[in-house]
Amino acid sequence: MIIGLDVGGTHTDVILLDGRKLIREAKVATDPDNLFETLIAGLNAIIEGIDPAAIQRAVLSTTLATNLVAQQKLPEVGMVVAGGPGIDPRHFRTNEFYYTVDGAQDHRGREIKTLDDNQLQSIGEELQRRGIRYAGVVSKFSVRNSAQEEKMAALLQPYVERVFMGHCFSGSLNFPRRIATTYLNCAVYPIHKKFFTAVQESLAQKGLTMPIRILRPDGGNMNIQSSVDHPAQTILSGPSASVMGAISSAPAEGTCLVLDIGGTTTDMAVLIDKAPLLAPLGIEITPYKTLIRALLTHSIGIGGDSVVRVQDGELTIGPDRIGKAMAYGGPEPTPTDAFYVLGKGGGDGGDAAKSRAGLAPIAEALGLSVEEAAQRIFTSACQTILDAAEEMIKTINSKPVYTVHELWEGSQIRVSHILILGGPAPQFANELQTMFSGEVAVVPHHHVANAIGCALARTTCEVILFADTDQGRATSPSENFSQKIPYNFSLDDARAMAQDLLRKKAIQRGANPNDMQTEVLEESQFNMVRGFQTVGKNMRVRMQVKPGLIRVR
Amino acid sequence: MLQAKKKTGLVFFPAFDWAISPTHPEREERLLYTQDQVFEEGLLDIDGIYEYKPDLVTINDVQRVHFCVPDPWAVMTESHFISAGGAKTIGMAVMDGTVERGFAIVRPPGHHACRIVHGCRGFCNVNIEAIMIEYIRRAYGVKRIAIVDTDCHHGDGSQDIYWHDPNTLFISLHQDGRTLYPGSGFLKERGGPNAVGTTVNIPLPPNTSDEGFLYAIREMVLPILDEFKPELIINSAGQDNHYSDPITNMNLSARGYAELTTLLKADIAVLEGGYAIEGALPYVNTGIILAMAGLDYDHLSEPDYDPAAYRQSRETTEYIHQLGERVLEQWHNREALTRSVRSMDNPDQRTRNIYYDTDNIQEQQHETIRICDDCGGALRIESSANRGQPILAVHIPVDACAACQEQGHRWFDTARRDQFANIYLQDRTTDRYTSANKK
Repeated sequence: MIIGLDVGGTHTDVILLDGRKLIREAKVATDPDNLFETLIAGLNAIIEGIDPAAIQRAVLSTTLATNLVAQQKLPEVGMVVAGGPGIDPRHFRTNEFYYTVDGAQDHRGREIKTLDDNQLQSIGEELQRRGIRYAGVVSKFSVRNSAQEEKMAALLQPYVERVFMGHCFSGSLNFPRRIATTYLNCAVYPIHKKFFTAVQESLAQKGLTMPIRILRPDGGNMNIQSSVDHPAQTILSGPSASVMGAISSAPAEGTCLVLDIGGTTTDMAVLIDKAPLLAPLGIEITPYKTLIRALLTHSIGIGGDSVVRVQDGELTIGPDRIGKAMAYGGPEPTPTDAFYVLGKGGGDGGDAAKSRAGLAPIAEALGLSVEEAAQRIFTSACQTILDAAEEMIKTINSKPVYTVHELWEGSQIRVSHILILGGPAPQFANELQTMFSGEVAVVPHHHVANAIGCALARTTCEVILFADTDQGRATSPSENFSQKIPYNFSLDDARAMAQDLLRKKAIQRGANPNDMQTEVLEESQFNMVRGFQTVGKNMRVRMQVKPGLIRVR
Repeated sequence: MLQAKKKTGLVFFPAFDWAISPTHPEREERLLYTQDQVFEEGLLDIDGIYEYKPDLVTINDVQRVHFCVPDPWAVMTESHFISAGGAKTIGMAVMDGTVERGFAIVRPPGHHACRIVHGCRGFCNVNIEAIMIEYIRRAYGVKRIAIVDTDCHHGDGSQDIYWHDPNTLFISLHQDGRTLYPGSGFLKERGGPNAVGTTVNIPLPPNTSDEGFLYAIREMVLPILDEFKPELIINSAGQDNHYSDPITNMNLSARGYAELTTLLKADIAVLEGGYAIEGALPYVNTGIILAMAGLDYDHLSEPDYDPAAYRQSRETTEYIHQLGERVLEQWHNREALTRSVRSMDNPDQRTRNIYYDTDNIQEQQHETIRICDDCGGALRIESSANRGQPILAVHIPVDACAACQEQGHRWFDTARRDQFANIYLQDRTTDRYTSANKK
């Protein structure tokens, strides 16, 4: 049996699966100030009366790291950055103890300016004096050559408890994002580690010793040890739980829009032939742009509990939520109240009369009957969602490409299916079907499908390999890998090498070696010509374990 | 957080699968390290910098500028439709006001492509700036435009296309044609009889460094632009004046390029040449982008840059100062020069040989322009190349007066069909392109 647990903003969904069969589900209120208690309460609710030995794994999606960032409660850490020529690295300051130091590497990873040991040692002394226990080091082009970051880390290590190096978090080029990513990992680390140590201990006391996985925003998961090394890879994992929950219902072929309609927001994502689209670089969480791998999602402020208003004669819905729907005793009219008025209410104890009373002033301001106003609210909410989806697809289709072939042959995606999950999914599905020419369906167990997705998500990871036959070396700094290669090293060799690194990494993160779908995301090779001589080849291969669902008996 | 002071649009199209030939300077690898640097610097994440996917240009866009022999398909590859399209995309973004400035980092380049195209010369098949400019004229009704070509090679194709156009100021700064391809771009090349002075050539001596370039911009280009008052400034931003460029002899640095960009305040820049793909392009492109966006580039420098090693000699400085006086004198005397040009024998005729180095084609042209004070003048060109048969091209400019329109049509209608393989009429007043085959 597998447990899936998804901590949301207002409540936490927990499910228990036997194979793919949902055998139990529970909902507990989320206490954002005590996520540990929330998590334990959720787990207690689901395992009551179950033999702990029968549980094979638990996958958790938490908002711990997300909340720390959003509420600006990150502890102070030291960031040390070697920029070299380009934009002044002081522009990328992440926090108070942010130091820019000498040292630089060029785009092929060649050292062009050495580090200054004394400079780093005195920073170490300062951090120690201030009682700062964690530090992050980042150098430009460290994903081509990690030597400078490693040396920076070695020089700082005597003064702090742990040093995080930028090249360990992503193989992608983007120095400012690498700085932000390293900072977030470093700052989230102590709280994340303490939290999950406590979770493990608490579960052990209940006799639960199954492997625990943490969900990532790319729709995959990792084991606790990996999560401690990459704690920021848990930020904004929520939307990916829903997307993974929709996958099993998605069509094998075609473009499917996934809508998770919640109380406050609607999150949208895109599946192509059952595989989720990834964000080009990584998550963005104000004010940070990162290299934390994530599914491409878009969120708009419209949901079942969004506040409905009439402003200057115009109907508006959201983007805020003030409380529950009036049907449940809330303070302001909402789309949920419109459902009650239209006789489509959930039938779970809501009071249609309160909804009707709540919508009356709206109807009056619009010069409509209450029923007409309710229908207008409903249609307008659906239209807003469809417009936002269209905008998202437009952005995807206008993503730049860099080869003649891709541009000339460039396929444009068009949504053929819509899958909906979340509380008000069935109501929205009926209405959306009247406005959309493709197929609209509700994900089975739509109110807990996110927790199911969480439970069944596969372990994912990504590897970027860089080979330069002129320098005679293949490197993948994020995997701590560097190997000599012969002059005749080919793209096939590079792909095989990347595949090998990817498998090792995935297994280390907890993947099942027999259930791992890998794919090449990007690959290219260039003849390097100096003068009129070909001196070697420059190759780049980016591979991933595809986000997807595990096989279960 | 970095915030661009000027909203800046970029099209980045490195054509990673296109080359003239495997070891040619214009090959797949050319913008690889530039892309690495642009990505690593995080330039595309900066608030106020936007990346656009290039549109393709249409055949109409190409035929608004060129006479392609026998037709555009014969002289263009997919990549040319995209690189010209990239320039057009940026042009539209600027004209629509979505961004204040734009830079098309695209390849292949275009500034050696002339009005008539038989093939590839100087790595160029079609003139991507001209295609963008004429699209802008058509779609947005812009009249006065200036092109400042800062590629190390004389922009002879752009010069050819705008030779007779008094509404397009073409200024080219380049390494002296006595020492570099294409061997043209001398001071005395200053435009045809209807546009004397609106072609300005500034041939700089080899080993000119930042100091000399920036002097030329400040003391020659800017005063001329001030007087011409263009509605739009286009920079043909070649990057082969760099001290490390393998096929030229100049000493400009990445910071120098950035400074030049700041001074010029071009609305649109389009990449042209530049073949120091590792040592220069990553830094020069970063510098140009930062400068266009109004961001600080004080930390930008090539790893191996030593200003002292590339300082220009006193003789060079002195030469450039004298050159500046001559350039400005000629510019200020353009009305008197017009009278003297028109009083020469057959001022309306021009016979030339044009060599296509990349494709090894020899072309002979005989050109007739209707001398006119009301418009750019109807233009008739007979062209023959050592590939294929002679053609006749007739161009009626966009603002053509009635007499020039009539002249153009007469040339087209009365041309002897048996003498030419193809006869083309580019009537810009109606934006129509007509071609007639040999009888």
